[in-house]
Amino acid sequence: MSVTATTTFDPESYETEAIVLNGRRVVGGLAEGEAMVTNDHISGWGGVDPRTGSVIETRHELRGQSFAGKVLLFPGAKGSSGWSNTFHLTRVMGTAPAAMLFVEMTTKVALGAVVTRAPAITDFDRDPFEVIRTGDWVHVDADRAVVQVYRRRRRESGA
Amino acid sequence: MNLNDDERAMRDGRDGPAVAKAMDLLCRYGEALGAERLVDVRNVAGTLGAATPFMRDFALKHGGMDAVFSEFNLDSDEVVEVPPFKVYTTHLQQGLDPERPKEFNVPEEIIRIYRKGERYAAERGMQMVNTCTPYLVGNVPVKGEHLAWMESSAVIYANGAIGARTNTEGRESAGAAALTGKIPYWGLHRPENRLGTHDVRLEVTVDTTADWGMLGYWVGEIVQEQVPVIDGLGPVPNLARLKHFGAAAASSGGVEMYHLVGVTPEAPTRETAFGANTPGETLHFGQAERRATWEKLNTTARDPKVDYVMLGCPHYSIEQIWEASRLLAGRKVHPDTELWIFTPRAIKALADQNGYTKIIEDAGGKLMSDTCSAMSRGAPEGTRVAAFDSAKQVHYLPAILGIQGWFGTTAQCIDAAVNGRFTAGPEI
Repeated sequence: MSVTATTTFDPESYETEAIVLNGRRVVGGLAEGEAMVTNDHISGWGGVDPRTGSVIETRHELRGQSFAGKVLLFPGAKGSSGWSNTFHLTRVMGTAPAAMLFVEMTTKVALGAVVTRAPAITDFDRDPFEVIRTGDWVHVDADRAVVQVYRRRRRESGA
Repeated sequence: MNLNDDERAMRDGRDGPAVAKAMDLLCRYGEALGAERLVDVRNVAGTLGAATPFMRDFALKHGGMDAVFSEFNLDSDEVVEVPPFKVYTTHLQQGLDPERPKEFNVPEEIIRIYRKGERYAAERGMQMVNTCTPYLVGNVPVKGEHLAWMESSAVIYANGAIGARTNTEGRESAGAAALTGKIPYWGLHRPENRLGTHDVRLEVTVDTTADWGMLGYWVGEIVQEQVPVIDGLGPVPNLARLKHFGAAAASSGGVEMYHLVGVTPEAPTRETAFGANTPGETLHFGQAERRATWEKLNTTARDPKVDYVMLGCPHYSIEQIWEASRLLAGRKVHPDTELWIFTPRAIKALADQNGYTKIIEDAGGKLMSDTCSAMSRGAPEGTRVAAFDSAKQVHYLPAILGIQGWFGTTAQCIDAAVNGRFTAGPEI
């Protein structure tokens, strides 16, 4: 399995120490990339446009943004049984996420992750939403079910 | 995943490459879920639909319908020859009605591909009922029967109303189940996951189909993916009412299983329905909840002038077509409004024979099959405002097409089609 990364890693922008999360492998493989985090469940059919990998659901916090090539952290799947087929299409159309991290297991998200074939992990030893923020650099080793998070350095605000 | 000898032989190629690919997918899927084994199924509801320009191009480039099935129903990189299905499989709703190319604005070429796809599926033993309601047309499971079904409204009907056992499968897992007769033993296949989690009491009479749709929409939003137990029932609901209730609960939430105390097969009593589970605080469905749900369902509706009335989500039963034809008899649909009613093909044949189709057509309405507006993204040209008797359709279609949507009873919707205006309020 090759390592996929669509954005170049710029070490200056990130902390040098990684925060490590352990979980359970859903789909094996290695990937790294920028994190995209949402607290909203994701709808597949009718909620994602596979041509662009963008969320299209009205009132979704990621509406209009594409997860293509990102390490996508989301709570889980909702909506139609077309979920797996929509994510399957993102792989065929080249807009799939680089990796998928989620916390709620359902048949929709399990099958969707399998057919997307992106490395995927669940059942973490700590809440990933407390650790991973959009823009962090995340290394996913799904074979070992380990996630390394390099937090993006924030510029001091104010002073 | 622990496979038995038969399953291992399938995985290792005893029954040919397509079955081996199917078993490989079921193993990957089962491991992803954390399942320990597979369970036998003799009943599958899935889809092979390929009548879109993207699928047409995919088939042309990669090797026809076998290539489409290999990729999108088996998740196989290799194109395998697809043998006849091993178990009884029914086809769910599709993306258009092939008898209505004009209404769905599709060129002849796509209709040809549709017919070709149907032949391909039928030759492999798939029942081309083309409906989200397989239980209306010859696929009625039995309590305790393990299934591999897609389509959220059918899954909740099979689990809740019938007591059969299925998770919400996807296109790929249903394809693999059709070739192997297997699905991961996980989720609602396991008795302990079918027990109630939420205690719900009715404090208003829930009687009409619209009432049941509102109750489903309300409870789904609260319990999300869990299992409500509803007590305090009035009149026993019939098939159409449970169809609308389940479809709504699976739209506002992801409900796949429910209990109606004294009515559904796994809830002879409240205690049986909860089993070892202890529910939290009791939820009450009273006048205020009903009113708030009506408001929610009518969120997008402002303009009373209705361009389109859509009935048949989930697909109408023959009883509902009969009811609609009685409401329409001797009346005319307003010249600025269209009325489309959707039903399975087999029920349309019955409606033709009974004369209901003629009544609907004489009034200016259309009876269609195989699809619906949400699946096809098809509505009369220029539709700005629509009216529905389905909580599920009013949840989806306004978002999909960017239109306004009214929710009301079947009679209010028929009145709206005739008058060209939706005038009913929340007291329905």
